Amino acid sequence: MSDATDPIAPRASVFAGLRLTWTAIIAGSVLLFWFTLALIGPWIAPHGEAEIISSTTFAPIGEGGILGTDKLGRDVLSRLIYGVRTTMLLALVTTVISFACGVTLGFAAAILKGWFDVIVSRIVEAFMAFPSTLLALVIIGVFGTSITVLVLTVGLVLSTGVFRVSRALGYDVGVMDFVEAARARGEGTWWILTREILPNSMAPLIAEFGLRFTFSILFLSGLSFLGLGVQEPAADWGLMVQENVGGLFLGSSAALLPAACIASLTISMNLLVDWFQQRQQGETVLEKIDQ
Amino acid sequence: MSDILSIRNLRVEGRPPGGAYVPIVKDVSLSVRKGEVLALIGESGSGKSTISLAAMGFARPGCRIAGGEVWLNGYDIMKLSPRERHALRGDAVSYVAQSAAASFNPALRIGRQVIEAPLWHGAGDAATLTAQATELYRKLDLPNPESVGHRFPHQVSGGQLQRLMAAMAMSCGPDLLILDEPTTALDVTTQIEVLKAFKDIIREQGTAAIYVTHDLAVVAQVADRILVLKDGEMVEEGTTDAILHNPQHDYTRKLMAAVRPAPHLVDHVAARDADVPVLSVQNVTAGYGTVTILSDVSMEVPRASVVGVIGESGCGKSTLARVVAGLTPAREGRIELNGKQVEAELDARPREALRDCQMVFQMADTALNPRQRIRDILGRPLQFYHGMTGRKQADRVAELLDLVDLPASFASRYPAELSGGQKQRVNLARALAADPRIILCDEVTSALDTVVAAGVIELLKSLRDRLGVAYMFISHDLSTVASFADEVVVLYAGRVVEKGPSKAVFQAPWHPYTHLLLASVPEMRQGWLEGVADTAEARAASTGSVQIGAKGCPFANRCAKVITGTCETVAPPVRDLPGGLTIACHLPPEALPA
Repeated sequence: MSDATDPIAPRASVFAGLRLTWTAIIAGSVLLFWFTLALIGPWIAPHGEAEIISSTTFAPIGEGGILGTDKLGRDVLSRLIYGVRTTMLLALVTTVISFACGVTLGFAAAILKGWFDVIVSRIVEAFMAFPSTLLALVIIGVFGTSITVLVLTVGLVLSTGVFRVSRALGYDVGVMDFVEAARARGEGTWWILTREILPNSMAPLIAEFGLRFTFSILFLSGLSFLGLGVQEPAADWGLMVQENVGGLFLGSSAALLPAACIASLTISMNLLVDWFQQRQQGETVLEKIDQ
Repeated sequence: MSDILSIRNLRVEGRPPGGAYVPIVKDVSLSVRKGEVLALIGESGSGKSTISLAAMGFARPGCRIAGGEVWLNGYDIMKLSPRERHALRGDAVSYVAQSAAASFNPALRIGRQVIEAPLWHGAGDAATLTAQATELYRKLDLPNPESVGHRFPHQVSGGQLQRLMAAMAMSCGPDLLILDEPTTALDVTTQIEVLKAFKDIIREQGTAAIYVTHDLAVVAQVADRILVLKDGEMVEEGTTDAILHNPQHDYTRKLMAAVRPAPHLVDHVAARDADVPVLSVQNVTAGYGTVTILSDVSMEVPRASVVGVIGESGCGKSTLARVVAGLTPAREGRIELNGKQVEAELDARPREALRDCQMVFQMADTALNPRQRIRDILGRPLQFYHGMTGRKQADRVAELLDLVDLPASFASRYPAELSGGQKQRVNLARALAADPRIILCDEVTSALDTVVAAGVIELLKSLRDRLGVAYMFISHDLSTVASFADEVVVLYAGRVVEKGPSKAVFQAPWHPYTHLLLASVPEMRQGWLEGVADTAEARAASTGSVQIGAKGCPFANRCAKVITGTCETVAPPVRDLPGGLTIACHLPPEALPA
């Protein structure tokens, strides 16, 4: 290329230059809706979380509450609104925990290499060898069903995958010349990790975060369904499916709606992640061709 | 129709991400007759690759063929359906890319990949095609033509792989062969065998060919006609003879000057002998894992001087720079900076020692963090080594940019907004930010265009004169080293075979290996290739391959003057010759190549 300025746009952030598609707009809107509801839910819910509003159990939509009632005659709408907060907050906390552990250890393993990498990798592989649900069941079985144990357990189980991804990323970026240049300058491990490797791993990590968040919702809902997650009378979507499973045969909204909500949240998140990844790859491909 | 390919008024447009279409190729017309080789030359961005791809009716993603006609074998391929065009590719026209290693699937045996296209086109069954391929291997001078097809791509050398790539392209017996910089990534010694093989097979099969390159000396060997391109426009067209001896256009003359800079063979080192050298490497042995790359290497870089390190790829040039920088710790030996010994390990070196010795990498774009602005890239070493922050740092960044001839406004840019040459200047500025005594330049101009590279070399020279910084200049490009270095070290298989002032190294007597290297640099005259490929040196050199860690002299298996019985077993004596020259060879000085 000649010394003339080429017209490639600056790429300050990983989000720069992303073009919206309809899928992304719809998925984003759904997510935004649930996030907003999680924030303001308690103020707009027509009834309390555990408040019994009707003597009719499994009332259909429009009778009793707007979206019917559950097995104890509680308002399904209100419990859904309260539930989004529990479900998303727990998923967020577990995902953050898994990333805090996974990314730190993964990058550390990639930079320090040697015995540290070997030991941590083998431990993680040992954890990964167990089916994740089984592993979680064992840990919760031993330590009991408190929210803290639940969050830590799911965070730990999810962090194994995050560790793998960030270790691979760390190895890939870690051999780039600009990282070598920083090493040759005498920079410490912390600088190399936070200033050189992390900013250049952001795009895949953000995508990974979205996927793990989805997985964590499904995982937590599954545990709640098994009765090991959130405990009554607190509202959680997975728990709601489980406690109202008896109404399924009556076609009750109390069992179907929370399942549909879980689906809408996870599918939207997945679509958004797909869009983000495709855009990232697309931009990189075009950029390479231009040079 | 006698023209195999005829392109009329071709226009190709390209679009940067999110931008509008801009013209890349502007109104280019050309034709290639049967058995003729047309060379497209120009810098990157001149549109030469784009034109060669358009000859197959192909435009890279983000590009489109906006106008013009491409006639191949009497078909206007722009008007063909994708299916018909697909049938032409590989059959009537085929393509040899710059990097053979990237074009072969590493998981499949070579033979299977070579016959893939004819098999697809239904040219015969696997056994017949394999037999034909074997015949091609023989014509391309490949060693063991019967068995080379059973190997995997990583089991053959780079030059052999490039010839196998040509076999793949020739396997359908195409009417037109497109060669896109097929020897640019190869060493000069390998380039000879590959060029020779290409030329022979093109002549023998009567194929028309388009040869894309930026190297005029290479073109002189293979092309019948030359088309010079600049910014997507035709600058000049003519026979090879006319372009080489009587270029009409200024741009063509500029290209020719940049290809072969005049050697600077001034002997002005003697005066510095009294000084403590900036860098002294003594008996260093280093490698990766169980492999030893460098064995017993000693060299010195005097103050404010340029020491060139030359040799083929894989001979340990980059490892030497990494050992000096501490990135690859030496196993044995001593490294001194300004007369003070430094630890082999990077972590054990004081910041002062790190500051004194900076490194500039070959690939300008991967050496800059794409998520940092130039301001931060240059600011960090200022803060790290000199504690400079805020206003002072910003001023110094502007000074550094000025030093490497870039405008101060570049400070707020990201690396992606810079061209290759500009990025390499930023890399240099980052090294200068430390105020180093020596800069290790690892093939810093190899990835750049000749004209841009010449600019970077000029900059390095002026910085040396202004700042008194010394360079260890690693390159496989001998003419650049000859034009720039005060002293030269020749490495082969991780050992120093010859060193001394560049005047002495580039003049007779030579170590047989140095002689081979120098004789392999293409000269800008027609017929050079045939002459050099026939010499005993070239034939001996192409039979063996580099063997690291061999007993005796590592070059023995490729040397035309080998003393059988001695060279393979006994390490060669290191002799001091007049003029400060040191040569490691069993041959007595008077028997050395001259």
